[in-house]
Amino acid sequence: MPEAAVLTSAAVRELTLGEAVREALAEELRRDPTVLVMGEDVAEAGTAFKVLSGLVTEFGPERVLDTPISEAGFTGIGVGAAMTGLRPVVDIMFGDFVGLIMDQMMNQAAKVHYMSGGKWKVPMVLRTTLGATRRSAAQHSQSLHAWFCHIPGLKVVMPSTPYDAKGLLKSAIRDDNPVIFYEDKMMYKLKGPVPQEDYTIPLGVADVKREGDDVTIIATSSMVQVALGAAKMLEEHGVSAEVVDPRTLWPLDEDTLVESARKTSRVIVVDEGYQRYGVTAELAAVIQEKAFFDLEAPVKRIGAMQVPIPFSPPLEDSTVPTEKSVCDAALALCGKA
Amino acid sequence: MIASDPVKSETTQDAGLWLRAYRRMMMIRIFEEHVNDLYTRALMPGLAHLYIGEEAVAVGVCEALHRDDYITSTHRGHGHCVAKGAAPDRMFAELLGKEAGYCKGKGGSMHIADPDTGNLGANAIVCGSAGIATGAAFSSKRLGNGRVAVCFIGEGALGQGVLYEVMNMASLWKLPVIYVCENNLYNEYTHFSEATAGDIAARPAAFGIPAETVDGQNVRVVHAAANRLVGRARRGEGPGFLLANTYRYTGHHVGDISRDYYRSKQEEQTWKAERDPLKLEAARLIAENLATPAQLDQIQTEVKAEMDKAVQFALAAPYPAVERVTEDVYA
Repeated sequence: MPEAAVLTSAAVRELTLGEAVREALAEELRRDPTVLVMGEDVAEAGTAFKVLSGLVTEFGPERVLDTPISEAGFTGIGVGAAMTGLRPVVDIMFGDFVGLIMDQMMNQAAKVHYMSGGKWKVPMVLRTTLGATRRSAAQHSQSLHAWFCHIPGLKVVMPSTPYDAKGLLKSAIRDDNPVIFYEDKMMYKLKGPVPQEDYTIPLGVADVKREGDDVTIIATSSMVQVALGAAKMLEEHGVSAEVVDPRTLWPLDEDTLVESARKTSRVIVVDEGYQRYGVTAELAAVIQEKAFFDLEAPVKRIGAMQVPIPFSPPLEDSTVPTEKSVCDAALALCGKA
Repeated sequence: MIASDPVKSETTQDAGLWLRAYRRMMMIRIFEEHVNDLYTRALMPGLAHLYIGEEAVAVGVCEALHRDDYITSTHRGHGHCVAKGAAPDRMFAELLGKEAGYCKGKGGSMHIADPDTGNLGANAIVCGSAGIATGAAFSSKRLGNGRVAVCFIGEGALGQGVLYEVMNMASLWKLPVIYVCENNLYNEYTHFSEATAGDIAARPAAFGIPAETVDGQNVRVVHAAANRLVGRARRGEGPGFLLANTYRYTGHHVGDISRDYYRSKQEEQTWKAERDPLKLEAARLIAENLATPAQLDQIQTEVKAEMDKAVQFALAAPYPAVERVTEDVYA
């Protein structure tokens, strides 16, 4: 069903992104008995963010399973379980903790299919978080999704709206590959229309969140909301901004990004990960390789500042892209600064 | 510790089992001799970690398993694959990087995997498959299919923290997984005593996991202990830990020739002369009138012929087309 048709159907309610995630999990747990959720405090506690509240009541502690605080161990168990008939959704509370599980993801999950000549598969989802400005300091605030994007064999999903979160998570769970599903913890309360019915959004299809003519802002996860805010500010300056959300960083829908770049001829890439060797670098390279002769200006990148995320609120706020910083960059790119 | 059952009563009741075990050990021995030969003649690319000397562990354990039970293996994994029933010709083809190999040549010596024999794959990260094996046991319990998972590790894996994480969960959740620790005395080029504090068997005991310690050169005692632990696991009584004391006859890998700086030739010769798992089993089979020397020679001749044929198959097999390089990245 086309997205527009889904969103205009009768059974659309406003849900928060957290509720959309929970609904996707509940629907998949109901649909497929091999799906299970595992991680720290996912059952009665419903995770530290309360995103999974109530799931254990419906599905029981066998399918919504609390683990010890052993990220590498239970992620590895998820990999083995995925190889042998289950579809685990492994919860890593804070994205910063992926440092503890990298061998399981990049040496095991990512490579099992290839190393076995295509014989074993790893249909698992790793749900984790990104995003700063929660006053959680340097070990609970990072956006490290670029690490996974670097590894062949993994897929990386970055929803920016409740609608996308539900449809993409259901696709991720049904995918036969290891998929890392990133939720920005600052977006859990973000509300948006979400259909009650079963729908999926295919991995690898970008979405133009706002049409415009003068500048393209390619943004990921919560930076899409920042880009949409910046686009409104730009309107007041007479600049028409298009906002494009890749939705999945791998597979990457290069065509939609390049098409928008060709149309507007000016591109800004915004991502909350570190700029150095990061997602903005990759997306900028794609645009410059495929749309160079249509560009009026070099592609501008905006990412997190190259510092450990500080605790002090004014310091922390200065490290992440904002509507104003994106708006200012767009004005400069359009020669209106 | 589970009390050791008297092995004697089991030893004589199944001549077929011990003859089969002897043949399997012979297969591993001759397979590995061929690997050494292929490698030193520069016909095999990469690295080769030989299992010679440790044959009784893989065979004793795998003889306690069903075909659809799971195993995970290590960088020193050829023996586990053979013991679990893999075909030598397709193994050699994989070692040589050929399309006919178990992984279409994409895995090589350290990554042979084969769903048909429950082999979830060998792993080149020390302790890298502890999570996978435990996860397979988790699936078995969830799906109620009665399968057990064996996680082969070397004593070097005792240094990896993830082992203790998964042992904790295996015990908490009563998962049907057996951790088989092959102590061949050396973490690569370092004696295990320089890297391992305390008592090895106390580690599983701390998690409430029953452990047995056995002479890894005696296929019968390995098998008896594996049988007990596998039986418990299959009955839903939870994980087990088998410590098999064994010895790596050759270097860490084929290129590890000068070993004087970490162990003596005398030590190697003593193990080969006095503790060889094939010689010891041959002596038992003859002493118990379960086989004649001529029959054992016949087994060796047959295995040699089979392995020669397997090597020829692999040498003659074509490499994969280069276009295959991008296949199988994603399912």
